[in-house]
Amino acid sequence: MKALILVGGYGTRLRPLTLTVPKPMVEFCNKPILLHQVEALVKAGVKHVILAVSYMSELLEREMRAQEQRLGIKISLSHEKEPLGTAGPLALARELLTDSEEPFFVLNSDVICDFPFEDMLKFHLRHGREGTVVVTKVEEPSKYGVVVYEGDTGRIHRFVEKPQVFVSNKINAGMYIFSPAMLSRIQLRPTSIEKEIFPVMAEEGHLYAMELQGFWMDIGQPKDFLTGMCMYLQSVRQQAPDKLHTGPGFLGNVLVDPTAVIGKNCTIGPNVTIGAGVVLEDGVRIKRCTVLKGAHIRSHSWLESCIVGWSSSVGQWVRMENVTVLGEDVIVNDELYINGANVLPHKSITDSVPEPRIIM
Amino acid sequence: MLKAVILIGGPQKGTRFRPLSFEVPKPLFPVAGVPMLQHHIEACSKLPNMKEILLIGFYQPNEELNRFLSCAQQDFKISIRYLQEYAALGTGGGIYHFRDQILSGGTEAFYVMNADVCSEFPLPEMLDFQKEHGDTYSFVIFGTTANRKQSLNYGCIVENEQTDEVLHYVEKPSTFVSDIINCGIYLFTPEIFQHIGTVFQKNQQDMLLEEQSNGWHRAEVIRLEQDIFTALAGQSKLYVYKTDRFWSQIKSAGSAIYASRLYLNQYHKTHPERLAVNEDGGPNIRGNVYIHPTANIDPTAVLGPNVSIGTGVTIGAGVRVRESIILHGATLQDHSCVLNSIVGWDSTIGKWSRVEGTPSDPNPNDPYAKIDSETLFRDGKLTPSITILGCNVNIPSEVIILNSIVLPHKDLNRSFKNQIIL
Ligand SMILES: Nc1nc2c(ncn2[C@@H]2O[C@H](COP(=O)(O)OP(=O)(O)O)[C@@H](O)[C@H]2O)c(=O)[nH]1
Ligand SMILES: Nc1nc2c(ncn2[C@@H]2O[C@H](COP(=O)(O)OP(=O)(O)O)[C@@H](O)[C@H]2O)c(=O)[nH]1
Ligand SMILES: [Mg+2]
Ligand SMILES: [Mg+2]
Repeated sequence: MKALILVGGYGTRLRPLTLTVPKPMVEFCNKPILLHQVEALVKAGVKHVILAVSYMSELLEREMRAQEQRLGIKISLSHEKEPLGTAGPLALARELLTDSEEPFFVLNSDVICDFPFEDMLKFHLRHGREGTVVVTKVEEPSKYGVVVYEGDTGRIHRFVEKPQVFVSNKINAGMYIFSPAMLSRIQLRPTSIEKEIFPVMAEEGHLYAMELQGFWMDIGQPKDFLTGMCMYLQSVRQQAPDKLHTGPGFLGNVLVDPTAVIGKNCTIGPNVTIGAGVVLEDGVRIKRCTVLKGAHIRSHSWLESCIVGWSSSVGQWVRMENVTVLGEDVIVNDELYINGANVLPHKSITDSVPEPRIIM
Repeated sequence: MLKAVILIGGPQKGTRFRPLSFEVPKPLFPVAGVPMLQHHIEACSKLPNMKEILLIGFYQPNEELNRFLSCAQQDFKISIRYLQEYAALGTGGGIYHFRDQILSGGTEAFYVMNADVCSEFPLPEMLDFQKEHGDTYSFVIFGTTANRKQSLNYGCIVENEQTDEVLHYVEKPSTFVSDIINCGIYLFTPEIFQHIGTVFQKNQQDMLLEEQSNGWHRAEVIRLEQDIFTALAGQSKLYVYKTDRFWSQIKSAGSAIYASRLYLNQYHKTHPERLAVNEDGGPNIRGNVYIHPTANIDPTAVLGPNVSIGTGVTIGAGVRVRESIILHGATLQDHSCVLNSIVGWDSTIGKWSRVEGTPSDPNPNDPYAKIDSETLFRDGKLTPSITILGCNVNIPSEVIILNSIVLPHKDLNRSFKNQIIL
C-alpha cells in the first residue's frame, strides 16, 4: 500500500523551530513529527510513502534515505514547482499512486493521534466508495472545517468551513483514504481538496466519514504542539507506560532520552519531554515543556509551557513561561524573566521579556 | 560644645514609604542593615565635641523608638533624647519650640539633619568650612549638584562662586533656578533662633489680625526652607558647603534599596566587618552584602550585590537574592529568586517563586542624577517600581510577583504583575 503525506511549505507557524529544521523533522516527543506518521503507516502495511513538498530540503532528503533503510520501505519526494494546495499534489504524484488498484492514504503532515490506518482501510473497503475522511470531535468547532454526515452509515452530506452557528462538532482530522479512481477528479493545478474536491464527492455520495477514537491534535503551532505533547504522553501512559520516566522528582507523564543528564533536587513534570544530550542542572523545575536535543538548563531555573530549541542554553534562576519558544542555539542569560517570547535562532537574550513578543 | 538635631517627622509623613511605614517609623527602617537614623547618629558621635543628639518629631512615644534610643546610647556612648512636638511644627518650628533644650549646657553650634537622607555626613568639614567663611555667626547648608530637571524637586541655592555665600534660596521651584540643591543638613549657631523668632512673632501678629482662635498653634509652624533660608539669602549669613560625595534622599521604598547600596559601599571604609565575605560553608557572596549574624543561610544560596539580610531570616538552598532588603524573620524557600525587592518582616516566599521589581536607580550616565521618588501612578498606570511585600505576606511556590506592592498580612495564591494588592 501507499501513502501520500502533504508536507507542504515552510511551516511558518512553527517558527522559530522551522527556521532550523524542516517541520517534518522537528522532534515531537523525541521523534521527528513525520516519523510518528511514517512508522504508523509502516505498521499498517504501507510500503511506499510519498512526501509532497513544495520546497526542497537536503536535510529532509538525507533523513528519508536513512529511514528507507531502517524501515525497509520506499520513500519518494514529490516536489512541486509551485504550491499545489492540498489536492494538486495528488495529481502530481498520479503515476506513483495508480500503479495498482489499491486504495492509498493521504495525510496532513502535522497531525498527531493514535493513527487508525488499519481501521480506515477496513471502513473504506466496507462502504466501497471513492473516499473516507477521518473526523474527530472538538469542543470549539467554529475554528475548523466541520463535517456533516449520517450517524449510522457515515455518508457525508456537506462541509461547513468555520461555522458561525453550531452544525456539528466533528471536524476533518486531515487523514484520508482514497481509491485510485478518485484521482480523475483532480487536475495538475493549485487546488484545495477540502473546498473544491470533497464537496463534489460528497454530493455524489462518494465520501464517508470515520470517527476517530482517542486524542487528536494539529501540532502545527507552538501552543498546540505543547497541548499535543500532553495528549500524546497520556496515551503513552496508557499504552506503554514503561517508556515514561518515574522516580523521585518526577511527576506525571515525563519522557526522558536516556542520554539526558539530570541534576539533583530537580522537579520534572507533569508533561515534559527531555531530548537527547540535554543537561538539566541541580534544582531545575520544569513542567509542560519540550526540551530539544543538546539544550542546557542551568540550576534553579523554572520553566512552564516552553519549547527549548536545540543546543539552547538557559541560565540560572531564569523564569520562562507562557509558550516561550527558543530557536536553535539561543542563550538566555542568568536571572531573566521570559514571558511568551518567540526567539529566533542564535540570539543571546540579555534582558527580561516581561510581555509576549518576537525577538529577532 | 556641639549638639545635633535630627528631624524625624511623624506618622502622617512618609506616605511614599507605605506599606513599610505601617510597621515601623520610617526613620527606623533598616538601610544597609541598620536603622536609617543610626547612620546619622554614628556620624555625629564621631565629633569630639558632640554632647547630645536630639530627635525631634511628632511620633507618639513608642516601644521601637525607645528600644532604638537606649541601644544607640549604649553603642555610641552619647546622650540621645526624643523630643515630641505636640503637632507637626515644620522643619523650623520644632527646633524653635525646643530651643532651650538645644542650647542648654552652652551649645556653641548645632547641626540639624533631615532623617530621610543618606550621606557620608561631612560634619567636621562643615565645621571647618564655617570657620573659614563669613563670621562665626554664619550658618551652613550642605549642598550638592543636581541635574537641571531634577533640581526642581529640591531646595535650590544660588551662590556667590567666590565666597560660597547663599545669594538666593527657593524651595522646589517650578522653573529652573540653580543646580545646587539643599541636602537637608545644616550647621547653625544659636543666632538662628533670632531669625526663627522674628518669623514666629510676625506669624503671631498675622494670626491676631486674622482673629484665628488657634493662632498660637499656627504661628509656631515654621518651615526652615521657605520661611528662614529664603529670607537669610543675600544677608551674608548663609553659606553653602558643596561636595559631590554620595548623597540621596530616602523618600520612596525604592530609594531605600539605592541608599543601602551607597552605605554598603561606604562600609569598605567604615565597617568592613559588616560586609559578608565568601568562606567555606557559607553562601556565595557577590559584591556588597550585609547579613545579620542571626540569619540562617544555606551555603548554596547566592547573594548580592546590594543585599541586606535582617535578623532571623531563613534562606534555603539555591536561593538567589540581588539588590534587595530582606527584613527580619522572613523565609525564602529553596530555589526562589528575589530581585530589586523589599521582603517584609516574617514574610515567606515559596519554592521556585520569583519576586522581582524594577529598579528606580538614577541614570548611571549622568553624574548629577538623583533617584526619582516618583509617584506611584503615571497616566493612570502603576509605574514599574521595586516590588514590596509588606509584613507577614505569604507567596506560594512557583509564582511570579512582578513590580507589585503587597500590603501586610496577605496570603497570595497566584502570580501578580504591576498591581497593588490590598
Ligand atoms: N505539498 C503541499 N502541501 C500543502 C500545500 N498546502 C498545504 N499543504 C499541507 O497540507 C496540509 C493541510 O494544509 P492546510 O489546509 O493549509 O491546513 P493547516 O496547515 O493545518 O492550516 C498541511 O500539512 C500542509 O502542510 C501545498 O501547496 N503543497
Ligand atoms: N520634627 C518634625 N520633622 C519634620 C516635620 N516636617 C518634616 N520633618 C522632617 O524633615 C525632613 C524633611 O521633610 P520635608 O521638608 O517634609 O520633605 P522634603 O522637603 O521633601 O525633603 C524629614 O526628615 C521629615 O521627617 C515636622 O513638622 N516636624
Ligand atoms: Mg497544519
Ligand atoms: Mg522640605
